[in-house]
Amino acid sequence: MNVNYLYSLLAVVVLGLVAYVGAGSVGLQGVFGIFIPYLALVIFIAGFVNRVMDWAKSPVPFRIPTTCGQQQSMDWIKQNKIDNPSTTWGVLVRMFFEIVLFRSLFRNSRVEIVGSRLSYKWVVWLWLFAILFHYSFLAVVVRHLRFFLEPVPFFVKALEQMDGILQVGLPGVFISGVTLLAGALLLLMRRILIPKINYISKAADYFPLLLIIGIALTGLTMRYFTKVDVTKVKELTMGLATFHMGIPEGGLSALFYVHLFFVCILVAYIPFSKLMHMGGVFLSPTRNLANNSRMKRHINPWNPKVKFHTYDEYEDDFREKMIEAGLPVEKE
Amino acid sequence: MNDKPKIIIGLAIFVAVFTFPIWYNRGAAAPAPEVKLSEKAKAAKQCVRDTDYMRKEHMQLLDGWRDRTVRDAMRVYEVNGKEYVASLSNTCMDCHSNKADFCDKCHNYVSVDPYCWNCHTYPKEEKK
Amino acid sequence: MVDILKPEEMFNSIDYALPKKPWEDVPTDFSEGTFCYPTKKKNQEYLSLVAKDEWSPADEDWKLPPNWQEIIHEGFKERLEKYRSLKVFMDICVRCGACADKCHFFIGTGDPKNMPVVRAELLRSIYRNDFTIAGKILGSIAGARKLTPAVIKEWFAYFYQCSECRRCSVYCPYGIDTAEITMMGRELLSLLGLNINWILEPVANCFRTGNHLGIQPHAFKEMIEFFCDDIEEITGVKINPSFNRKGAEILFVTPSGDVFADPGTYTMMGYLMLFEHIGLDYTLSTYASEGGNFGLFTSSDVMKRLNGKMYQEAKRLGVKWILGGECGHMWRVINQYMETMNGPADFLEVPKSPLTGTVFKNAASTKMVHIAEFTADLIKHNKLKLDPSRNDKFKVTFHDSCNPSRAMGLLDEPRYVLKNVCNHFYDMPENTIREQTFCCGSGAGLNTEEIMDLRMRGGLPRANAVKHVHDKYGVNMLACICAIDRAALPPLMNYWVPEVGVTGIHELVGNALVMDGEIERTIDLRQEPLKEEEE
Repeated sequence: MNVNYLYSLLAVVVLGLVAYVGAGSVGLQGVFGIFIPYLALVIFIAGFVNRVMDWAKSPVPFRIPTTCGQQQSMDWIKQNKIDNPSTTWGVLVRMFFEIVLFRSLFRNSRVEIVGSRLSYKWVVWLWLFAILFHYSFLAVVVRHLRFFLEPVPFFVKALEQMDGILQVGLPGVFISGVTLLAGALLLLMRRILIPKINYISKAADYFPLLLIIGIALTGLTMRYFTKVDVTKVKELTMGLATFHMGIPEGGLSALFYVHLFFVCILVAYIPFSKLMHMGGVFLSPTRNLANNSRMKRHINPWNPKVKFHTYDEYEDDFREKMIEAGLPVEKE
Repeated sequence: MNDKPKIIIGLAIFVAVFTFPIWYNRGAAAPAPEVKLSEKAKAAKQCVRDTDYMRKEHMQLLDGWRDRTVRDAMRVYEVNGKEYVASLSNTCMDCHSNKADFCDKCHNYVSVDPYCWNCHTYPKEEKK
Repeated sequence: MVDILKPEEMFNSIDYALPKKPWEDVPTDFSEGTFCYPTKKKNQEYLSLVAKDEWSPADEDWKLPPNWQEIIHEGFKERLEKYRSLKVFMDICVRCGACADKCHFFIGTGDPKNMPVVRAELLRSIYRNDFTIAGKILGSIAGARKLTPAVIKEWFAYFYQCSECRRCSVYCPYGIDTAEITMMGRELLSLLGLNINWILEPVANCFRTGNHLGIQPHAFKEMIEFFCDDIEEITGVKINPSFNRKGAEILFVTPSGDVFADPGTYTMMGYLMLFEHIGLDYTLSTYASEGGNFGLFTSSDVMKRLNGKMYQEAKRLGVKWILGGECGHMWRVINQYMETMNGPADFLEVPKSPLTGTVFKNAASTKMVHIAEFTADLIKHNKLKLDPSRNDKFKVTFHDSCNPSRAMGLLDEPRYVLKNVCNHFYDMPENTIREQTFCCGSGAGLNTEEIMDLRMRGGLPRANAVKHVHDKYGVNMLACICAIDRAALPPLMNYWVPEVGVTGIHELVGNALVMDGEIERTIDLRQEPLKEEEE
């Protein structure tokens, strides 16, 4: 048993209990329903902005794109304008593929020893799980906007239509909720079961996954099993979104507060964790720069003054030998 | 290369997206809608089940009614010794006769779009 | 030097089973043969770097300076403030593991600390401890650890077990580049005087004599003239290249390794023949007599100090532009660092081929053109008379060097040249070439004898792919465009695929080139018969 996931599991269970007891038994609904969500949002936004501005403070002294295709060369050599962009447009397309389609992850392969040779196999699983997970997450987040917007705008409704296209169950099953849980579980299983991945995993890798699994499980439970009065939920959330805070009459179930508290923890945790890859993926100098440093000069703001060994010093050192060898010199 | 303006624009978009509900709603209070009960409903005091149950689970109840009625021809729903005809149009809508005031208000508020009325009829709404 | 295992034994010794203990608790092995020898103090002194008395990584006590922790902390802080790449790469890794088996050193050793993600964690764990809130509060739960002498030892072992090839960064969903991490790690070690000799000696040489091998000006000239004698013997054409000549149109700079050792020397001969044949107005410099730059493997300051010679010499000689030879890391420096560090090159003109009139727009600012671009352009415009059948005894494949592939994208130019100068060309499997190419196993200053075991392991993925085309197509010649490759691949081939030789592409150009006034060729540049003797 690995302490890394033990700690993380423990942390998630304790956090769940805190909300369950705090909002449920002790009755601190105001704290868990109003104060903590606001606090989490402020920490998230301020922390995120602060972290990105901290990155921005450090310059990018050198142009270091990782080129993954043919450079711009003579006209008759076909450039790979996306994987080795030399223009801003190319970079934008490259970043689009990277951020929206996880281009680099799609290249993933696995090395195997087959008899007396190495072999490499293209493996799609990590990419697939990642896509499943991230897009499910996005769909779930957008769907939840129905609790924060009044009237509910068309794009949320349209997404609900698509997400509920199976038309099974009552309330109708939203695919994204199930696939989010599946994606998170698959990513977790990967970390637990694949020895290499297990070896490199830290508590900070298990914690967010378990937290998200907690969020998905409480959410699915409320929607499909224990039920919650969604009108009251929206009353609470709309109060938050419009600054007319209040706990709805009769209150809400403890499970709802566990769900909400998990979300708050996740959101507040983002700026201090690896989840900042959400912002960092935009700022990676190996991806967001054009490979044009032979065409345009790139400036290093701290370009240092260094001591060179000048030609004069060199000639002073070797003058006689140079003259003897018939090499031209500046000073005879 | 000074890319700070670009980064700040990016962050502004980030903040705008994640505070979308705040400026979309512009602080207009949006409390849960009050359902309007008809006189008949008021007089009855209680629906087929208690209010909390009905708020959370009416869809399950109706779904059960439909299945039993259609598959088993059981048209009677018995609860607490009382018997009701398991019918959306005839039983529910008998008291809750105004769909717009009763059903739609909450459904719209939480963006739920049930397909009950794809088949069922509902009483004509009185023009106001 | 330690004897190393036989190839089959080495192959069978590769074990991807992981240690029971987490990597933080696995002590670093410093038995003989696992580490690069430290630099001699005189090199550090000559370069005014932090100088350290004689020591050995095998010593228990490395005798670090008393305030070593402070030096590392401050050095780390300074680099975080200077490089956004470092900050972002420290913060955003999710440890997805995509990089884990992309490193040739991991593939060859099975040592989990050679997974790029763990190599970076060596640094990240200290970053978390010193610079993040979570690390300060939660300590090891947040993946932080205290800076101890054991950490420094681990850094030394593993940042000199990375060839900065950037293959991992191709697969990373955030483009995290371990080369960048390794460069920072090596800079930090350098602050404690922990450099290796195989890097710092060439650096000191290059600073003084203009080239890594320490060839002095008169010797440089003699060696080139010696090649010219050989060329005359082979082709009947006498060549008289010029040195340090003012007013030449072009300055030609290439790695000094090609002046010094086979098979690079044959590539050098190929250049000389090509330039003679097309009547190029060029000169060689004894001062800027090094294309490569081991400063890249030391620190950005040292890289700048060595690189400065190219522009300074171009300016002194009054040339119009610079032509650069076949070399890997040299082209990373030229493409990604040179003009930023030592520009602007406003005293030069936008390079234009005097033969074809082609303007090299992609080098409009640095004013430096790669020889493969230059030659490909010549061939495309039919400026060369070529007889590829002279290379018929070779079945050729091409090793993309790490840096031209992943820090530049020079992929099709050398292939175009090769396909025009030889009749039998076969690429290796696609996940081992182009941007996915494997390192020779000896890059970034690791081409040293004492770690032969590591080098053979690191080069295994490359050799394995060569073996594939050797078995399938009978490939017997591995072409490359890198001087380190030409030094590192022959022992690698000799070890894993002994039937395969190593060549630069301009050696093959030299063979195929039909020069004006040449005699009938019977031997190639290696002075071996052009055709395999019939039995």
